[in-house]
Amino acid sequence: MIRVQALEKSYKDLKVLRGVDFEVARGSIFALLGSNGAGKTTVVRILSTLLKADAGSAGVNGFDVAAQPARVRESISLTGQFAAVDEILTGRENLALVARLRHLKDPGKIADDLLDRFSLTDAGGRKVATYSGGMRRRLDIAMSLIGDPPVIFLDEPTTGLDPEARIEVWQAVRELAARGTTVLLTTQYLDEAEQLADRIAILHEGRIIVNGTLTELKQLLPPAKVEYVEKQPTLEDVFLTLVGKDKR
Amino acid sequence: MTRHFFGDTTALLGRSLRHITRSMDTIITTTVMPIMFMLLFVYVFGGAIQSGSDSYVTYLLPGILLITVASGISYTAYRLFLDMQSGIFERFQSMPIARSAVLWAHVLTSLVANLISLAVVVVVALIMGFRSSAGIGAWLGVLGLLVLFTLALTWLAVIPGLTAKTIDGASAFSYPLVFLPFLSSAFVPTDTMPGPVRAFAENQPVTSIVNAIRDLFTQQPVGSGIWVAIAWCVGLLVVAYAFAMSTYRRRIA
Ligand SMILES: Nc1ncnc2c1ncn2[C@@H]1O[C@H](COP(=O)(O)OP(=O)(O)OP(=O)(O)O)[C@@H](O)[C@H]1O
Ligand SMILES: [Mg+2]
Repeated sequence: MIRVQALEKSYKDLKVLRGVDFEVARGSIFALLGSNGAGKTTVVRILSTLLKADAGSAGVNGFDVAAQPARVRESISLTGQFAAVDEILTGRENLALVARLRHLKDPGKIADDLLDRFSLTDAGGRKVATYSGGMRRRLDIAMSLIGDPPVIFLDEPTTGLDPEARIEVWQAVRELAARGTTVLLTTQYLDEAEQLADRIAILHEGRIIVNGTLTELKQLLPPAKVEYVEKQPTLEDVFLTLVGKDKR
Repeated sequence: MTRHFFGDTTALLGRSLRHITRSMDTIITTTVMPIMFMLLFVYVFGGAIQSGSDSYVTYLLPGILLITVASGISYTAYRLFLDMQSGIFERFQSMPIARSAVLWAHVLTSLVANLISLAVVVVVALIMGFRSSAGIGAWLGVLGLLVLFTLALTWLAVIPGLTAKTIDGASAFSYPLVFLPFLSSAFVPTDTMPGPVRAFAENQPVTSIVNAIRDLFTQQPVGSGIWVAIAWCVGLLVVAYAFAMSTYRRRIA
């Protein structure tokens, strides 16, 4: 569904990608891990036709990003690293605008359904400028789901979200994959990759240094020792219990 | 993609029109400077200026209208710059929409915003004693010239909007445009000016446009002057459009 071969990209003298290869199967969730500046966003921007690669090739949904960018854009939806929402419009208007630009019928209803699904119904009529960071991010992701594109790119979708909102986003991502959408997400949170991804790749110094399932990755290290420890609740469990939301 | 051009442009136009209707103050601000100039020239300098017409405000208005447009389009550059900065521009670029719809929406919004500003300025001028015996045809002629002029300057404004590094850079380009009318027949007849200044004033676009609008307002025969004015506007429009589009293609490549 996504196929990246020998991808290279430099910004002036800075070689960011030095030959990146990976493939993502239809309907699966693929996590691209990497530290700050590893080039995750660069990969996503190339795949979403916003940036041209210097060498190598990339295909999405069977279309080449360089040769058939228009077909690629019909197949994808991008949630960039920084929320791409219109501050002056209301949440509902943002959603309806995207629905209109995707040439769908009944943009108003699509907007209302998504507001409901992302717990934004009460805020739907307010200007986005008044939203919190997490609400903005949820709206941003909701905007990306409109039109059910077969491939979704999520660049650090949960950075800056509180634990509840993170879990909501995870839930949404799982639902997408369950419906057959192919998801490529980048993250710096290892637990996020662990929770969501079918396959995990690590981008380091311009190359993919490992690529496999969680189990495969774990086998790279010496086998687990058996240790007996008292099971303490994690801080996340405490937080979620106190704020009164259980993991859905 | 082009089959969606009109639908996409309309959707995006709806968006940016909301931007201006939700901040009407920007439209009002753009009219403050031209109105100040009008007050200053009519009530302070006007008495000393031999314009050769009965009512100085009537003489002055065409130039003031052009200044209004020149200051109004800096907001187009500003709004475009903000879009480029926020991720929304990239979101649109990654969607299957007609590529140039994003720019056209900004340009048409600029046209609407400037027409509102122009209407405000005309109302103030009427209060200050501007009178015109022009009929419907002449008013339409004035409107047509102003629309052409606005479109030409707006496409010009698109270029800094796309390329500027800072907000100030995005709007500063309009300052020289605002002062161009001072070196024209907008405030005083050109025949009082010294040689080289006069040569410049008589051959720059503002003079021909101002003279054409003035003739239309005062029901004088427009003669061939109006064609010079139209030629300037269309020429500027074509050049600015070409540069803006090539800048845009480079930015989104
Ligand atoms: N337009 C640009 N011009 C010059 N250098 C750039 C540009 N965009 C990115 N870079 C550089 O390329 C490198 C990779 O950037 P990229 O944004 O892809 O990293 P990332 O993995 O997404 O990092 P983060 O986790 O911080 O988001 C960084 O060193 C960055 O400074
Ligand atoms: Mg990044």
